[in-house]
Formats: sequence, structure tokens, C-alpha cells
Amino acid sequence: MGVLGGVYGIWLREFKVFQREKSRVISSIITPLMWMVIVGSGLGASVKFGDYSYQSFIFPGIVMMLALFSSMFFGLYIVWDRKIDVLKEVLVSPVPRTAIFFGKVLGGCTDVLLQVVVFLVIGVFFAPLTVASVVAALFIAMVIAIGMVSVGLAIGSFFESLEGFQVIISFLVFPLFFLSGALYPIEPLPSWLKAVAYIDPLTYAVDALRSIQLGLPSVIPLPVDFAVIIGFAASMILIGTLAFKRMR
Amino acid sequence: MAMIEIQNLTKRFGELTAVDSINLKVEKGEIFGLLGPNGAGKTTTINMLVTLLAPTSGTAKVNGFDIRTQAGKVRQSVGIVFQDPSLDTILTARENLELHARLYSVPRDVREKRIEELLALMDLQGRADNIVKHFSGGMRRRLELARGLLHHPSVLFLDEPTLGLDPQTRELTWRYIKTVAAQQQTTVVLTTHYMDEADQVCDRIGIVDHGKVIALDTPVNLREGLGGDLIYLTVASPDVDRLKRLSYVKKAEVADGHLSLTVENAPVHLPEVLSLLKDVKSVEVRIPTLNDVFLRYTGRKIRVEEGDSGWAEAAWRFQTGGRD
Repeated sequence: MGVLGGVYGIWLREFKVFQREKSRVISSIITPLMWMVIVGSGLGASVKFGDYSYQSFIFPGIVMMLALFSSMFFGLYIVWDRKIDVLKEVLVSPVPRTAIFFGKVLGGCTDVLLQVVVFLVIGVFFAPLTVASVVAALFIAMVIAIGMVSVGLAIGSFFESLEGFQVIISFLVFPLFFLSGALYPIEPLPSWLKAVAYIDPLTYAVDALRSIQLGLPSVIPLPVDFAVIIGFAASMILIGTLAFKRMR
Repeated sequence: MAMIEIQNLTKRFGELTAVDSINLKVEKGEIFGLLGPNGAGKTTTINMLVTLLAPTSGTAKVNGFDIRTQAGKVRQSVGIVFQDPSLDTILTARENLELHARLYSVPRDVREKRIEELLALMDLQGRADNIVKHFSGGMRRRLELARGLLHHPSVLFLDEPTLGLDPQTRELTWRYIKTVAAQQQTTVVLTTHYMDEADQVCDRIGIVDHGKVIALDTPVNLREGLGGDLIYLTVASPDVDRLKRLSYVKKAEVADGHLSLTVENAPVHLPEVLSLLKDVKSVEVRIPTLNDVFLRYTGRKIRVEEGDSGWAEAAWRFQTGGRD
């Protein structure tokens, strides 16, 4: 019990909320589906990279987009919890802030991974999936979720208004998504744009998943991909913990 | 044993001193009321006592633990019902209680029994597995009380527990609070600005204004401190000297056909007073309320500082619902 009981309690609460708000799953799946169906078929009609259809090329990128968006916007719920005063009950309890943060991160990751699972099931229609690629997708999505949920929660801990939070998050998620190479290969990019893409942690996730899913050689060596996203997740956990410690 | 011992507790927000060097002791098992107008520093004091807010200077011990250095132990010792409801409305009543039990490390074997017991105490058994969203204001308050008590806190803090409830629900809520204090032997510290309710519920009352405790005593003593009950009579030519000789009459004044008496325990002595007077046209008995006590202690101050007693009083009466 003790601290672990607290972490479990917070996770369980997030999970129950997720179960009861089915609209969360549906709304989070719709955007990536539109990308696959509309942009994927639309652009796919005239664009092709290598031996793969445009749809199967962007599929790993869209999986990561789903993980990124859902993770970051999970921070919204902490702003909402504060607004409806639910957060106070948790903040005044003897559970340490670090434990509260971990409970929330686990809750967020569970949400995100379940959404990814649903999307992968639908994904059978768009891209060839193997057991290895599904395992890789889940693992990479989990690491990205840990990092991005931490970012969302850290930012959310500073905000009292939902609108303010949404503006900031939108400013972050779109560049992270567009620069990640989810929609196009990054090798031919002009060097200045390439440099920016290499700063984006999502680039490494997309690169790793695409190489595993399509059986292509990766642009960046796979161990580097994994090292970068794991390092990113670890540092975001640290930042999130600090943010929660100063939260009132 | 003192459950709460406050020593020179002070909180400043920039220029504003919200709590100004308060000293206070609350004994085990007491229902203690902090009374005062909005912005007097009641909530700030409570927030410091539950370690949500760090004091600027001074300190306090809750259940023997220092709020500055032993926050974890203080948190485990206190239960709190906030001014604004903090229930998770998407969860059921039971799930809210289970979450609380986990946050406060209530062992699993104790948890279920305790939850049933509290649901019964608060008359919520039938609704245990309903989503809180559909609960009425009174039910939510009761659930919050149950939640605050779940981990057997030594002190239960209630910040405006009846704010926003209708009169009947308010009365019911107070009844639950009294039952809880007696049955669970919990020390209760509450804030309110419903003077009459505090009078009925609290063992002792501290009146707070501008961050200071300006009066501290039992409700009876506070009221008696005003000098006694008032009897106004419309009567032609009273024998004032004879009335003044009565042991319980403290003051007797006549002004244009009206006699005003300050007496001890007016309801008991009224018949004798009436028997000594002829041709009484009307009688009015006024037993001082905590409102009068409050005006006595704070009204004067407002007068000195703002020089406009009439408006301040009227504003106060308006705020408290004009009860007189």
C-alpha cells in the first residue's frame, strides 16, 4: 500500500474516466483516420515513395501522430480537474507529488495505448502489419506517450484555463508532427529543415517504426532512434515531476 | 490534549496580511467555529493548517505534528471538506470513497467495512453505486463528509460546509456534523458566516476579522458578554426604581413611553416583570444573537476605521440575510 496504493488509485481513476467517456476514443481516432483516408488516398493518387503506397508510407507516421496528439492533450484533463476542484482532493492527500505525477502518466499512457491498439486494428486496411511491427508500434508509442504525456501534464500544471492550455499545445503538436517526417522522407530535405527535424523527438520514433514496419533500412541507426526517444521520455519525466512539485 | 495549537500564525500576500499572528488552541473532541466576514482570513488559516499553504511566519501543531516540518503526518491526521465541492462527479459515490482510501493508505480489509459504515451514517447506502453527477447538493455534501472521515482523521476541517445549500438541507447537514463529532470522537474545526447555525453547533467560537481573533469563547458566554437580554415595553408610567431593585435587572431606562430593560434570562423573568407593571401596551423580548456579538466586536472597528456605522451594519445585515 502506501505510495504504490496512491499511484494505483490515481491510475484507476483515470482509467475509469476513460472507460466512461467513450467519446475520447472515438474523437481521437477520427483525426488520424481522416489523414489516412483523405490525405493518404488523395496525395497517394499522385505520390509514391519507393515500392510502397503513400498510405503505407505515412501509416507509421500517423500512428505516432495519434500517440503525440492524445498524449499532449491528456494534460488538458489536469487543467480540467483543477477547474472542477477534483485535483484539490488529491493534492491535499499525503500522497507525494511524484506519485501523483506517476499515477497520471500511467493513466495517460493507458489511454493512449488503447487508442493506438484500436487504430492498429483499423490499420490492417491501410498497411501490411506483422507481429513484429505491431509490437514495435506499441513499444515506440508507449515511450513517446510517456514523454509526451509528461510534457502535457507539466504544461497543464501551470494553466488554469482550458483555452490557454489548448493554444500552447496546438503551437507544439503541429510543428512536432509536420517536422517528424510522418508525411514525407526527411533525407531529401534542405539542410536547415533537416536540422530542425533532427531536433524533433518524434522524427526518431517515426524513423524507427517505419523501418520496422516496411522492412526498410532506417535513415538514422535504430539504436540511436531508441536511445533518443528513451532519453527524451526520461528527461520529460524529470521535468514533469519538478513541475508537479511546485504545483499549488 | 490540544488537537490544534496555533502559535503566532501569520500569512501575508504581498501587502495584505490575511492572517495576522493568530494564537489559538482547540481541544480534542471540540466543535470549534471560526466566524467572520468574507475575507477575514478563515480559509487562509485552514489552508495553512492542512499544509496547502505555507505560513509567512509562526506555526501550528495539528495532532502534535508541526505544519511546517511534518506536513505528511499532518495530512494523514486531517480530513477536509472544501468550500467548493471536490468530488469526482464521473465516479460513483463508492469509487470516490475508494480513491480516498487509497490516497490515505487505508488497508483493504478496513476499507470496505469503513465505507459501508460511513455510507450508512450519511444515509447514502442506496446510492453508493450511482454516479455522483446525479446527486443533489445535500447528498454531495454528505458524501464529502463521509470522505473526509474515511481515514479516521483526528481533526476534520469544514470550510463553509453549508454554503449554497437550502435551509432544510443546511439544518440536516449540521445534524450530520454533530452526529459525526459525537460518534467518531473527531475534533471539528469549521468556518461559516451563518451566525445562528454556529451558535447551535459549536462548543467554542473564535470571531475573526482582519486576520485576527477578536473574540474567543463559548457561544453562551459570548452572548452573555453583551450584558443580557433586552425587554422593550410600551408602558405609560413604570416604577423604574422598583424594577431596578430586582437582582436580575441590570439596566432600566425610560424614553418617551418606552421602557427598555437589560435582564438576565428574559424568558424566565418576563412574567414577574409584567406583574409589576400596569397598562403594558406591547412587549418585545430580544435575546442577543451571535450576530449582535459579531457587530459588537467588529462593528465598532468598522466605525472607527470607516466612520460609517450605519452602512457597514446594513451591509453586514444584508450579507447575513438580515436576521435580527
